[in-house]
Amino acid sequence: MADAAFGENAVTRPRPAVGRSGLRKALQRKSSVAFLMTLPLILLIALLVVYPAFYSVHLATLNKSMQRFVGLGNFEFLFKRDTFWLVVKQSCIFAISAVLFKALIGFIVAHFVHNIPAKGQRKWRGMLLVPWVIPPAMSTLAWLWLFDPSYSAFNYTLSFFGIGPIPWTGDAAWARFSVILVNVWYGAPFFMIMYLAALKSVPDQLYEAAAIDGANWWQRIWYVTLPMMRNIIAITTLFSLIVTFANFDIVRILTAGGPLDKTHIFATWAFRVGIEGSDIPLGASVSLFMVPILAVAAIFILRDVSKRGNES
Amino acid sequence: MSRRKLNRRQFVAATAATSAVMIAAPYVRGAYAAGKLSIGFWDHWVPDANKASTELCKEWADKEKVDLQVDYITSQGNKNIVTIAAEAQAKSGHDIFQMPTWWCHSNSDLLEPVNDIMEPIIQENGDVNGTVKYLGMLDGKWMGVPACVGSQIKGPCSRIDLMKKHAGIDVQEMYPAGSPPKADNWNTDTFLKAAEACHKAGVPFGIGLGETTDSVDTAGAFFQAFGAQLVDAKGNLTVKTDAVRQVLEFYKKLIAFLPPDVAAWDDASNNKWLVAGKGALIMNPPSAWAVAKRDAPQVAEQCWTHGFPTGPKGRFAPFLPFFWSIWSFSKNKPAAKSLLVHLSKPSSIEKMVDASGGYDLPAFSKLTKLKVWAEQGPPKGTIFHYPDPYQQQVLSIAASPAPPKVAQQIYFQATQTKMCLRYAQGEKMEATLAWAEGECEGFLRS
Repeated sequence: MADAAFGENAVTRPRPAVGRSGLRKALQRKSSVAFLMTLPLILLIALLVVYPAFYSVHLATLNKSMQRFVGLGNFEFLFKRDTFWLVVKQSCIFAISAVLFKALIGFIVAHFVHNIPAKGQRKWRGMLLVPWVIPPAMSTLAWLWLFDPSYSAFNYTLSFFGIGPIPWTGDAAWARFSVILVNVWYGAPFFMIMYLAALKSVPDQLYEAAAIDGANWWQRIWYVTLPMMRNIIAITTLFSLIVTFANFDIVRILTAGGPLDKTHIFATWAFRVGIEGSDIPLGASVSLFMVPILAVAAIFILRDVSKRGNES
Repeated sequence: MSRRKLNRRQFVAATAATSAVMIAAPYVRGAYAAGKLSIGFWDHWVPDANKASTELCKEWADKEKVDLQVDYITSQGNKNIVTIAAEAQAKSGHDIFQMPTWWCHSNSDLLEPVNDIMEPIIQENGDVNGTVKYLGMLDGKWMGVPACVGSQIKGPCSRIDLMKKHAGIDVQEMYPAGSPPKADNWNTDTFLKAAEACHKAGVPFGIGLGETTDSVDTAGAFFQAFGAQLVDAKGNLTVKTDAVRQVLEFYKKLIAFLPPDVAAWDDASNNKWLVAGKGALIMNPPSAWAVAKRDAPQVAEQCWTHGFPTGPKGRFAPFLPFFWSIWSFSKNKPAAKSLLVHLSKPSSIEKMVDASGGYDLPAFSKLTKLKVWAEQGPPKGTIFHYPDPYQQQVLSIAASPAPPKVAQQIYFQATQTKMCLRYAQGEKMEATLAWAEGECEGFLRS
C-alpha cells in the first residue's frame, strides 16, 4: 500500500506545478482579471436586482391574498380592465414623447455647447447639468408649487399678459403636458452630455473633407455628425426609454396619476394597486408588464448597435 | 514570578460558586429582564405630539424592565404603508406597528388577536363606534387596539364671519361650545345653498375632488348621507341604484359652486385654501386651523369646527382611525400587549390628546368630552364639537359597508370622487354608473 502510494505520488509529483502555472495563466488572462474585479458588482446586482426581479415574477403569479398560485391569471385579469389599457397607452405617450423631446433638445444644446470656446465651456456644461443632478423628488416639488392649482407661479405671471389661469394639473391634457415637460427638463441634460461627448469624438478632418466637397451646414449634420453619433444616440435612447418607462417620482409627486387616472403610468399605477390597494400580486403584474415592451425595444436597438460595430 | 497553586478544595468551591451564579442569573431582575420590544408609531404632524407617546412608552419600559425601541415613521410619501408591506413580506420588523385605516384587514393573517386586552379596555373606556369595529375586527377577532394618536374626524371647518355674512348661517349658534348642537336645519339642501351663496360672494367652499384621502373621505360621507353604496356589506354590486344617482346629482350641483381646479387638489390644497382666507368652509381635522393660528391668526379667530350636514339617510362624518397592532411574528407578545394596555389607559389617552392640541381622537365613547377640546382657541371652543361629543353623527369611512378588502380598493382608486367628476364634466349618468360598476367588479377579485 505504502509503495503504491509512494509510486502514485511519484507519478503525480509535477502536478502542483502544472496547477499553479494553470492558475497563473488564468490570472494573467485579461478576461479572468476583469471577471474577478467585477465579481463584487455582479454579486451586488444579483442580490439587489436579480433576486427582486425573480421575486416579483413569483409575486405576480399569486392570487390577491398571496396564498394560491394562479399562473398568468393576474395578467389575464389585467387585460380585461379598461384602466390598465389606459395606463399602457399613457405610459407609451409619456415615454416616447419625453424621450423624443429630450433627444431633440439634448442634440441642439450639445451643438451650442460644442461651439462655445473651450475656455468658457466648462461653466456651461456644469450649469446645464444642474436639472439632472438635483434629485428629481426635490425638483419636482418645486415644479408642483409652480403648477399649484390655486397659487401657481406660472399662472400668476401669465395673468399679467391676460392669459389663464391654466389648469396645469387639473385638466387631463394639461396634466399630461406638465408631467412630460418636467421629465424633459430633468432628462435633457443627460442627452446633452452624452451627445457632447460624441460630438467631441468626431474627427475634424471629416468636416474639413465635407467642407471641401461643398457640403452645407445641414449636409454636414446629416452625412457626418449623425452617422458618427448613431451608436451613442441608439444607446442613449434605449437607456432613457427604459428609465422613462419606469418613471415614478415625477408623476407621483405632480399629479399622483390624476385627474381621472389620465396621467397614470405603469409605476404609479402599480403603486396604487399594489401598495395603496394592498393587492401586491396585481401591482407586481402591472410593473412586470413593462418588461416585454422594453425587451423588444432593447433587442432592436442593441442589434443595430452591434451590427454597426461589426461593420466598422 | 510566583505561581499560585490551586488545591482540590479550592477548585471544587470555585466551581460550585460559578455554577450557582450561572443558574441564578436569569432570575436576577436586571435593567432589561423582560426582553426587547420595538414599536413603529405614526410620525405625528403636530410638533412635540410624539413626545407624549415617547414619555408614556419610556415610563412603561422602565417599570416593566423592557428594552424598548420607539420609531416614528412618517406617512409622507406613504412611507408607513411601504414599511408595513416590507415587514409583512419579510415577516420581520417591529413588534407593534401603528396601522392606518385599512391595513389591519389587508394584513389580517399576520396580526395577533388582541381580544384579551380589548375587552377590559372597552370596559374601562366605553364602547367603540361601528367604523372602528368594521376596520379593526375580523370574525370576532380584534386585529389591533384603536390608537387615539392620528385618529381623526374630517368634519367641516367653517369661517364664522363668512358663513354668517354670505350664507346667513351662524355656525357658533348651530354648534355652541359646551352644549349640544342645534343643527336640525343643517342638511344637504342648506349646505348646497350656503355653497352657492359663498361661491357668489367669491369665497367658495374648498372641497377637493382629487384622488387623495380628504377628497375621498368627504365624498364618502355624502354618499352615505344619501344611502349610496357601490358594493354592499355582502359584496354585491349596488352601483346602479337611485341613491347613487341622487348623490351624483347633488355633487354635480355642488361642483358648480367649488373652485374650478378642485380636480387637482391634494390633501394640502384645502388647508391652504382656508389659511389663505380664500374660502368659507373646508372639510378637515383641526390641523388647518392650527396652522392658521400660527400663520394667519386673523383667519384662525374666525374658524369653527362642527358637524356634517345631514342627508336623506342620516348625518355621517368621515372617521379615520389608527390601530396599534402586534405582528404575529413578534417575539415578545406579552410585553407588547402590556404596553398597549398602558397606552390605552384614560390618563395616557388624555396625555396624548393634550399633546396633539386636540387633533387626536380616542375611539371610545367615554372619552369624547376631554377638557382640551373645550379649552382650545381662539376662538374658545372652536374644536369643542370636533370629537362629536354628543354622538349625533355616524362616524363612517368612505366605501363602507363593502367588505374591507373591496372597500380599500374603492377608497384608494377614489372611485367615488371620479364618479362625481365624470358626471359633473358632462358624462351621461348611465355611462358613469357603467364605468363605476366595471371598476367595482374588478375590485371584487379574490
